[in-house]
Amino acid sequence: MKLFEQPAHVLHDMLVNKEITSLELTEAVLARIDEVEGDVKAYLTITRDVAIAQAKAVDEKIAKGETISFLEGIPGAIKDNICTKGVKTTCASKILQNFVAPYDATVMTKLKAQNPVIIGKANMDEFAMGGSTENSAFQKTGNPWNTECVPGGSSGGSAAAVAAGTAVWALGSDTGGSIRQPASFCGVVGMKPTYGRVSRYGLVAYASSLDQIGPITKDVTDCAHILNIISGRDEMDSTSVNEEVPDFTKALVEDVKGLKVGIPKEYFVKGIDPDVEKTVREAIDKLKELGAEIVEISLPNTDYAISTYYLISPAEAATNLARYDGVSYGERAEDAADLVEMITKTRTQYLGEEVKRRIMIGNYALSAGYYDAYYLKALKVRRLIKEDFDKAFEQVDVIVCPTAPTPAYKIGEKISNPLEMYLQDACTVPLNLAGLPGISVPCGYSSDNMPIGLQIIGKALDEETILRVAYTYEQSQSYHNDRAQLGGN
Amino acid sequence: MSYEAVIGLEIHSELKTNTKIFCGCATTFGAEHNTHVCPVCLGLPGVLPTLNKRVLEFAIKAGLALNCEINKFSKFDRKNYYYPDLPKNWQTSQYDLPICENGYVDITKSNGETKRIRITRIHMEEDAGKLVHSGNTIKDSDTSNVDYNRTGVPLIEIVSEPDMSSPEEARLYMEKVKSILQYIDVSNCKMEEGNLRADLNVSLRPAGSDVLGTRTEMKNINSFKAVEEALTYEIERQEEVLEDGGHIIQETRTWDPDRGITLSMRSKENAHDYRYMPEPDLVPIITTDEEIEAFRKSLPELPDARKARLEEQFGLSAYDAGIITSSREMAEYFDAVIETGADAKLAANWIMGDLSKNLNAESLEISDSPVDAKRLGEMIGLISKGTISSKIAKKVFEEMWKSPDSPEKIVKDKGLVQITDTKAIEEIVDKVIEANQKAVEDYKSGNKKAIGALVGQVMKQSKGKANPQTVNQILAQKLG
Amino acid sequence: MKVTKKDMENVAVLSRLDIPADKEAQYTQQLNDVLEYFDNLSAVNTDDIKPLAHVLPISNVFREDVVKESLDRDLALSNAPLKEDGYFKVPKVLED
Repeated sequence: MKLFEQPAHVLHDMLVNKEITSLELTEAVLARIDEVEGDVKAYLTITRDVAIAQAKAVDEKIAKGETISFLEGIPGAIKDNICTKGVKTTCASKILQNFVAPYDATVMTKLKAQNPVIIGKANMDEFAMGGSTENSAFQKTGNPWNTECVPGGSSGGSAAAVAAGTAVWALGSDTGGSIRQPASFCGVVGMKPTYGRVSRYGLVAYASSLDQIGPITKDVTDCAHILNIISGRDEMDSTSVNEEVPDFTKALVEDVKGLKVGIPKEYFVKGIDPDVEKTVREAIDKLKELGAEIVEISLPNTDYAISTYYLISPAEAATNLARYDGVSYGERAEDAADLVEMITKTRTQYLGEEVKRRIMIGNYALSAGYYDAYYLKALKVRRLIKEDFDKAFEQVDVIVCPTAPTPAYKIGEKISNPLEMYLQDACTVPLNLAGLPGISVPCGYSSDNMPIGLQIIGKALDEETILRVAYTYEQSQSYHNDRAQLGGN
Repeated sequence: MSYEAVIGLEIHSELKTNTKIFCGCATTFGAEHNTHVCPVCLGLPGVLPTLNKRVLEFAIKAGLALNCEINKFSKFDRKNYYYPDLPKNWQTSQYDLPICENGYVDITKSNGETKRIRITRIHMEEDAGKLVHSGNTIKDSDTSNVDYNRTGVPLIEIVSEPDMSSPEEARLYMEKVKSILQYIDVSNCKMEEGNLRADLNVSLRPAGSDVLGTRTEMKNINSFKAVEEALTYEIERQEEVLEDGGHIIQETRTWDPDRGITLSMRSKENAHDYRYMPEPDLVPIITTDEEIEAFRKSLPELPDARKARLEEQFGLSAYDAGIITSSREMAEYFDAVIETGADAKLAANWIMGDLSKNLNAESLEISDSPVDAKRLGEMIGLISKGTISSKIAKKVFEEMWKSPDSPEKIVKDKGLVQITDTKAIEEIVDKVIEANQKAVEDYKSGNKKAIGALVGQVMKQSKGKANPQTVNQILAQKLG
Repeated sequence: MKVTKKDMENVAVLSRLDIPADKEAQYTQQLNDVLEYFDNLSAVNTDDIKPLAHVLPISNVFREDVVKESLDRDLALSNAPLKEDGYFKVPKVLED
């Protein structure tokens, strides 16, 4: 394997053993960017000079014989909705195309304490609204396995960078599947931690009660390491959980014997691609073979998850995005006679179609006369969906199902029909509504050789069991060693 | 037809915390513009609020002092509307589960009648920033400047029931609320700095009817005078409209204090639809009975209780006790005067009289009085001992206002000690009798009032230092 | 159509968005389609169900009332579209 294809834990060992330098590694990744970024278009900002300087500083440290932390000197990408002090944070929106946050997100503060090499900011669906990264105002990212296909979304840039070898690791954010689904589409590992596990301070809000930051990595081991770094209570985020963070790498054991794995029947019905169903069923068989007990379960309110999610998230988005008014930051439309006109022109001109659509859905659902029938109703059904999981977890340790009903589809194939796009999120949104952790790990390929992901859902704050199942499954096969054929590869 | 006014108030009070409600920026008034701001109160992308614990404590204290029930489960909500002084374009406030509900205060009207004004709710929220207009008025500015220093300063909003029926009642209610908030020390209540301001809602209905009329609202009234004047004007205006067979339009009107009138603001295309939603970034507040009781115990003696105590303990009239206890500072000053051993009624008279007059003349707060409670108490002691007369005391007080000397020293230095020596007074009396034979004869011929002129002469010649009682006694003796 | 012209106008005002005439039909249709789909929720009996706003049972998270350093004013204004003398500058406000 080439350097840029290696997972972080391998590279970390190589740095420690002085087999490579961080500069060599960083230059290899930057060279890979030169080679494939024109096709993949994963990045919105590349901070090449900063990356090289960071790498050199780490090499000096190693040369002095100092110990280095896990991510030290290893290049990664940050989704462009995570605030980075001094570097543009655009959310792939024209309205923030020149916005430079004067502060770091808490995850950035935590990461920076590790001295990683930050390559740049990754493309995404504008304000994280979308499942294909086609809603970026700036560029369409290609799936490294077939650049005519979408990488998924909204963290499509992060997942594509990791899959293409233009980043060793990445951070994404997941509101309704935005880490897990692109991980599934790009054949990498992506985890949405429990709501509250990772601070949201500095994550540009889409839907605050659902958003969560998480890692996108080449394998489960890297996922556990990065989760260790970014987790924990943050005094800047009142909704962050005040629980001790376990060492997630301790969960990396190859053993699922006696674990009860629930298979929700509602996740294998209409709309599911036959290749996905077959591949996921094989993965389930594999878990059984490895000693897990497979239990069929029911999550009866699954059918209502899409409606619930697409009422709650736009309602929250409608208020969260009200701040983009051209007053104190962001772009401002010219030639407005008064303030109201300025705000309206600014938003009309600088927000994208899908963002506008969700703002309008949200304001409709919150407006007088429709509030009870839509927004309030959705909050009630949300409780029922959560209770479904509560009941299921009385019986089982984890729940396993597809991450997405289909593999990656062609760019442009679905984008014109919003409702059809929304229905693609059926397997991922229930977790966000219930606040639960979930991971997507590669479990095979479609007939078109596009990756398929297996989703493992855990109890609240029980990322450890998910990691254990994911790791055991991963080690039983070799999908995590497969790399997209791209450029010279 | 005769009408009766129905008035309700929404009082906004800024709390005197060190920091803003949801971030660590200072709340100090008068700072250089846009220097007390951070990513959180600027509403930058990605920020989250964190609740200042003291805001909750102050809100609960205010609720208890205003006889409210404290909701054991309370939460924050987003109130959505666009305004450039509101960086997120929503105000974090409380909607269906405010921290306090169902309170009241009692007001005493000038005719002595007491009336209970019910309080619907008290909720916590953030203040907005300030727009500074570059022209003379809002209307002739092409642009506005925004200062976000005030954005996020903690507020409580105290919403009354429409229980008031006159401008006087509205003013008294607001004065009472102010007094209570000052007693419990949760707000500076400096109205000129906008610490305390009220939205006034008023409607009219035929006297005796219990149907509510259409109301109008006047926002951000920040003086007691303006509360009374704006309501008086608005009640008259509505009366005229109704008398002419017109209808009141539900609207917000502005009070123009210079012209003394209310004006219709440009009518809205749509009524505000605030689209309240639970604030996902803040967690619920759960308060236990034990915590509530601890707050209750921590409250100081409140105005009503203190007034009753002053009446009972010192025999002050209800009126005097009411004035003395109307502000915590004055009540504490009174207590400090009493502590020196001074007579309570004299103390009340001096505080409400010369002290208040001098403070008002120089626009001073009682806490900044040049004559502190100790010196005033000492001076009152001199009156009670007979060292000085009440008349001389006025001179001594004026001297004390100007100098830090003790009243004893002033009396001594200025030679103001009352002459109680009978012999000295007799000498003056003899001289006066000799020089005023006419008055003496009048007196002797039965015009007893003529003695007044003689007393006056004696006092004059003694430069006010003779004890008037002694003078009277001696004169009466000498004149037989 | 569930969604009326008036609904669309109201939503546009609440959203501070202009809906161009040539997009109005499309926007209305798309909003209508999703809302019709969302109506599947009406089949769920939620009579005794409390709304769920916070997914985790966290309460009483407070900050001590201690002053933290504010942003340097130049930094606070660094993203302002228009600024003058330390102020954010906006077009005139017509009171509503």
